[in-house]
Amino acid sequence: MNWNSAEQFFAMGGYALYVWGSFVVCAVIMVMEPILAKRRQKAILLALRRERIAEELDKQ
Amino acid sequence: MNNRIINWFKFASPQSFYPLASRMIPWFWALAAIFGVAGLWISFFVAPTDAVQGEGYRIIFIHVPASWMSMFIYMVMAAWAGLGLVLNTRLSGMMAQALAPTGALMAFISLWTGAFWGKPMWGTWWVWDARLTSELILFFLYIGFIALQAAIDDPRRADKAGAILALVGVVNVPIIYFSVKWWNTLHQGASVSLMKSPSMAKTMLLGMLIMALCFWMYSIAVALMRVRAIILEREAHTEWIKELREVKS
Repeated sequence: MNWNSAEQFFAMGGYALYVWGSFVVCAVIMVMEPILAKRRQKAILLALRRERIAEELDKQ
Repeated sequence: MNNRIINWFKFASPQSFYPLASRMIPWFWALAAIFGVAGLWISFFVAPTDAVQGEGYRIIFIHVPASWMSMFIYMVMAAWAGLGLVLNTRLSGMMAQALAPTGALMAFISLWTGAFWGKPMWGTWWVWDARLTSELILFFLYIGFIALQAAIDDPRRADKAGAILALVGVVNVPIIYFSVKWWNTLHQGASVSLMKSPSMAKTMLLGMLIMALCFWMYSIAVALMRVRAIILEREAHTEWIKELREVKS
């Protein structure tokens, strides 16, 4: 174990800004990217459903 | 098709690939999670403090995987784009289109984490050395690919134009890779190679490799998610999409 306390862990031996600045930005990107991909999927499915309903209404 | 045993083009149509992608995605997320947890555990709790860089070196566990992925994804993207250009297949172009944003973000992470590592260790956020500059160019190539395809209305023409750009840009990847060997750079040389044993502590190397696997599985998962949306967008007026369970419900 490298750390004797939580403070030590978050301090990263004085490099906290650089280490956490890197890891946090990376984590934010790797969370947002799949969320955005899912949103894109939902949006196209919604549009396709609406188009299908519109076509059925047109047929009537 | 003829009577060959292996149909290489079985999944070459968007219609047959779409359900395959849907089934594959959860597996890649699971692998990404497993490798991620194991890799982060090693990164923070197993790998020791560095003699020279203290705890600051731990950025390596995301910087190197992101850098490797940025180069690898570009090669894969260019390969699919090139294949689409040669074979005139739609799905290859869609796959290249799906990979580009992920590759761009990997290049961004590489540049960002590199800057945050360089500031304490080199005393500067940025230098115009060979590796950093060529990685920045890689990022611009990704953005250019995305922008070029977005600027062209006809998706098939967009595929072809993007493919030319991607293929021309491929020369940049070996430049990035060999830059530290060919030029006198601030960025350190290769610590890991196919020819000789690595010049870093075993736990550090293990953490780096496992995080690289995590980033790889993540990239595949996200690219497959995106390609499904692209397939639906570009094949919107086909019969098979109208019959999809998700569209009918």
